[in-house]
Amino acid sequence: MTPLEGCLLLSALLFAIGLAGTVTRRNAILVLIGIELMLNAANLNFIALWRYGPHPEALTGIMFTIFSIAVAAAEAAVGLALILAAYRHFRTTNLDRMNRLKG
Amino acid sequence: MTATFLILAAITVAGTAAAMGLRNAVHCVLALTAGFAGLAGLYLYLGAQFVGFTQIMVYVGAVAILAVFAVMMTHNPGEPEEIFSRFWVWGAVIAGAVFLTLARAIRLAFAPADATPATPAPSTTVQQIGDALMHRYVLPLEIIGLLLTAALIGAVIIAMDPKDDPTLEEDAE
Repeated sequence: MTPLEGCLLLSALLFAIGLAGTVTRRNAILVLIGIELMLNAANLNFIALWRYGPHPEALTGIMFTIFSIAVAAAEAAVGLALILAAYRHFRTTNLDRMNRLKG
Repeated sequence: MTATFLILAAITVAGTAAAMGLRNAVHCVLALTAGFAGLAGLYLYLGAQFVGFTQIMVYVGAVAILAVFAVMMTHNPGEPEEIFSRFWVWGAVIAGAVFLTLARAIRLAFAPADATPATPAPSTTVQQIGDALMHRYVLPLEIIGLLLTAALIGAVIIAMDPKDDPTLEEDAE
C-alpha cells in the first residue's frame, strides 16, 4: 500500500465516521462536529494529494486547505450560534424534539 | 506506510470515533480534540507545517473550545435516554456503505505496480506561503477576511438574546 493510498483510506474512514455521527446523533452540537469531521477528511485529501502529487512546489493543496479551514471556522461559529438561538427557543438541543418549523 | 503514520492514524480514528460515540457531550468534545491533534500531526508528517499549526490553533484551540462552551450553555433537562436517533441502524448502514464504496474506489485506483518511490517532503516555508497569499491568492484572502467578518457579526447577532437588548425589545413584541 502506497503512502498516498493510506492517507486516502484514512480520509475515507474519517468521512464515514463524520457522516455516521451526523446522521445518527441526537445532540445538535455533535451533529455540527460530525460536519466538521467531514470537512477535515476533505482537507486531509487535499494535503495528501498535494504531498504525493506531481507538483508539490505549486502550493495549491496548502492554499485550498487554509481557505477551507477558514470557511469551516466561520461555519462552526455561525452554526453554534444558531444552535444557541434554537436552544433558547426549544430549551433543548435534542434534534428529535426540534420538530416544528413554526415555533 | 510507516509506524509514524499508523500511530497518528490510530490516534485520529480513535479520537474521532470516540467523539461520535461517547454518551457525555463534554467527553465527546475532549475526544474530538485528541482526534484533531492527531490530524494536525498527520499534516506535519506530510510536510505541511503551516497547515498543521493552523489546524492546532483553529480546531484544537478555537472550534473545540467553542463547542465546549456551547455544550455547557445548553443543558438538556433530564439527560436523554438515547444518544442516537431512532434510525441509527440506517445511519450506520449508510455510513458503512459510503466508506466501503470509497475504499473500493481507492483500492481500484492504485495498481499494485505503481508503488512510487518515496519522494522527500517538499520544503515549503512560511515565506513562500505568505508570498503566494499576497500575490496570487490575494483576492481569495480578502474574500475570506470579509467572510470571517460577516460570520463574526452574524454569530453575535444570531446568538444575542432579544430580551437582553432594550432597543430590540419593541421589535420583538
